[in-house]
Order: sequence, then structure tokens, then C-alpha cells
Amino acid sequence: MAEAEVNSYLVLGISLFMLLNSAALTVYAERRIASFIQNRVGPNRVGPFGLFQPLADVVKLLLKEDVTPIHSYRFIHTIAPIIPVVTALMTIAVIPFGEGIYVTDINAGVLYLLAVASLGVYGVTLAGWASNSKYSLLGGLRAAAQMVSYELPLGMALASVVLFVGSLSVVDVAASQEYWWYLFLNPLGAIIFIIAAFAESNRTPFDLVEAEQELVGGFHTEYSSMKFGMFFLAEYMHVVINSMLITTFFFGSYHLPFAGYWLPEMSPLAKAILDVLVFTAKTIFFIFVFIWVRWTIPRFKYNQVMNLGWSKLLPLSILNFFVIAAILFALNAA
Amino acid sequence: MATYAFVLLAVLAIATALGIVLNKNTVNSVLLLVLNLLSVAGLYLLLQAQFLAIIQVVIYAGAIMVLFLFVIMLLNVDDEESLFDKFRIRYLLAFLLVVVVFGQILYSLGGVAEMLPEISPEMAQVGTVEAVSEVMYTNYLIPFEMTAILLTAAVVGALLIAQFKIKKDEEDE
Repeated sequence: MAEAEVNSYLVLGISLFMLLNSAALTVYAERRIASFIQNRVGPNRVGPFGLFQPLADVVKLLLKEDVTPIHSYRFIHTIAPIIPVVTALMTIAVIPFGEGIYVTDINAGVLYLLAVASLGVYGVTLAGWASNSKYSLLGGLRAAAQMVSYELPLGMALASVVLFVGSLSVVDVAASQEYWWYLFLNPLGAIIFIIAAFAESNRTPFDLVEAEQELVGGFHTEYSSMKFGMFFLAEYMHVVINSMLITTFFFGSYHLPFAGYWLPEMSPLAKAILDVLVFTAKTIFFIFVFIWVRWTIPRFKYNQVMNLGWSKLLPLSILNFFVIAAILFALNAA
Repeated sequence: MATYAFVLLAVLAIATALGIVLNKNTVNSVLLLVLNLLSVAGLYLLLQAQFLAIIQVVIYAGAIMVLFLFVIMLLNVDDEESLFDKFRIRYLLAFLLVVVVFGQILYSLGGVAEMLPEISPEMAQVGTVEAVSEVMYTNYLIPFEMTAILLTAAVVGALLIAQFKIKKDEEDE
């Protein structure tokens, strides 16, 4: 583990600030894009183009009455919304935004990402259980089952990337894509990872966790005011984080395509600015894809979700891992 | 700094461990166990064993405890009866045994002057992914593979038992 410097605290502060605000902006983007897709106008009254709508929404959430059901488990009901927010914020620690621009370089960074993601399940599950309501419990159980199932293909897809890098550090993963993005070297892994990332962030077509027609609001049926706001914030932060992870692992992180072949030498400052811009542009693109998919594709049935996860994606990802391992071994031996 | 972190994590680990046993609500116990596993992971981190700490979180806190929670929620386990409702001679014996073991632990810990060992750079290297994997796949390859087979056998066995019961029930009807 690298020693913390002033520089890394600066990166941490800026990235946390950007992440928190990006969640609000993503909510706004989602509503505008949804209305564009559905031929509506969408929020356009508050500020220029309705850009201040998220501020108004937050004020509304803060001013609403905070209701805790009488028969709920009050303590767990209160701490449950904090967990997904914390895990989303923890992820940012190991993501590199440019060459040398990262908070910390953990020697097992990829595993750290998986560890943090696996802790996120608790928030949803406990919220469902502590509310003491049938709909919430069903939503929470669905969430837990879905997230546990899709962690496995996600992990195998990451493992197939690690085979190329030869290191579990996320910084090394990003740096090694200067010439070839892993999208080109490992396309199947990329597809599996993107599908699993959609399922992990509980977005359509995998949003059975809060399927309105069956479960009212799913695990957050009994939540109101800012406690609901925390779940809402966490959902959009997970969209942003997952877009960052897709970018980092398969779409070259902060590198332009095949940058090593044609990009000229630049001064460190210009390179840093370019890196961060490229990373942000890719992240924004994937956030757009997340929203685009949500308003285009209907959701699966629950058995289809489980079937896809266990009997399609998991064997496919294991096969992908073994084929890549065999090819790399043969290449290294030759 | 590290010593304060150690004291905090150690107290947290012991307090949550006590909480697991004393709590009447099963879900609370599971949550305390998660907290306990996390604080032990923190202790590993203090000893510079990053890999072990992260694996502890991935496997125990992230995977196994979620399944525990799942089972408890689905089965709707009732609250345990309090242990101390009825006085029995067995509890007295157990209590005495605990006192003896605890005293032994305290006695052996009393000899240690410093709480945290000095961590040399070589020691820090032992905890990295590379070092762990190198030892695991060379010196201890056979035990490692045997453990994998054992775990697979256990999973298959559990599945077989579960399936057997279902089939029998169907035949009865």
C-alpha cells in the first residue's frame, strides 16, 4: 500500500465531491432522457433547462415527514439506508482517474472492489427485513439472491482481465491498457461484466427488486423522507460507480483507443487534463447507456433472471476464463 | 496511532463477540457477527496482511453471512429462550470452565509487553497476494487441492440430502 500523500487527499476530496454531485445530475439526466425517449418535455422549470430540479427535490425530501413503522425494527431500519451509500463511496478509493491520479494503490485492489460490492447487499436486505412488511421482505430477499448470484460472473469476468495484467492492482489494470483495451482482447468478458454490473446496481432489466406492479416499492416501500433519499442517492451512485468500473476494466480507463501507438509525448499537466477528460467522457457515456437501457427494455421475470445468472453467465464466464488462461499460457510458453 | 486503532478494533471485536452470544434476536446476532468479522479484518490490516483482510471480508462478511441472513429470514427463526431462565448445574460448570480458560488467556497475555509487534518490511511482504499465492501453489498445492475437493464433496452431499427428502415426499403423496 502506498503511503498517503497530500496529493491523494486532494484526489479523494475532489472525487467524493464529484461523485455525490454526479448522483444528483444523473437523476436529472435520467428524467430528461426518459422524457425525450417517451416524447415528453420532462422537468424544465427550475433554473436553466430545469438544471436546479435536483436541488428542489433534495429540499422536498428533507422537509418530508420521516415515518418509521411501529412494528419495524427501529435501529436496523435506521442504519440500513446508510450501508449502500457508504459502500458506494468506499469504491472510489482505488479507481485511477488518470496517470498517477488515484487515491490509493492497494496491492489487491480488484479484490477490494469485490469485497465492497459484496457488503452492499446488506443495506437492501436489512431494509427489507427491518420494515416488517411483506412487500419489503420480498424485495429485500430478491435483491439479496440477485446480487449474490451475479457477483460470481462479475468476479470471473474480472479474473479473466487480471490474467492479462498479472496484477490485482486497479492502477496496473488501467495502465496496461495503453495499447489495447481489454474490450478487444476479452470481448466476452466485457459483455458478461456489463450484464453483471447492470444486475448488481439493480437497474432495468434487472430491477425486480422494486418491481412496482408486484411489490409496490420493493425494499424501500416503508421508507420516506431522507432515508428514502439515501437509497435513491445510493442507486444513482452505483450507476456512476459501475460506469466507472466498466470504463476502467474494459474500455481503456483514461487511455484513448490505441493511444500508445499514436499519442505524442505531452507535458504532465496537459496529459493529466486529457486523462481526466477522457475518463469522464467514457463514464458519462456509460451512464447514458444505463439510462437508455432502462427506458428501452422491459424487465425480466424472476426465474429468467436466476436462469440467466446461474446457468448461462456463470458457465460462460468460467469457460471464458479457462480459454484465456490456456491461450496466455501457450503464448508465454512459446 | 496504530496502537489506538488496535485497541479500538480489539474492543469492538470482543464486544460484538459477546453481543452475538447474549443477543436474543437472531438477526441482530448475525449483524453483530458481520461487525465482528469486519473488525477482525481490520486487525489483519494493522498487521499488514492486506490479502487476508480483504479475503475475510469477501468470503465471510460478504458471502457466508448473507446466506446466514437469508436462511434466518426465510425460516423465520423464533427468538431463543434466555439462557439464564433456569438455573442448572450444567451452566455453573460451564461458567467455571469459562473463568478458567479466560484466566489462562489473560495470564499468557500478561507476559506480552507490547500489544503490536514491530512489522519489518519482510513481514509485510508475506501478506501480499503474490507471496500467498506462491506458497499456496508450490509448497501447499496438495493440501489446497484436497480442501477444494472436500468442500465440493460437502456441497454435493448437501444437495443430495436435500433432493432425497423432496423425492421421498413426492412418493408419499
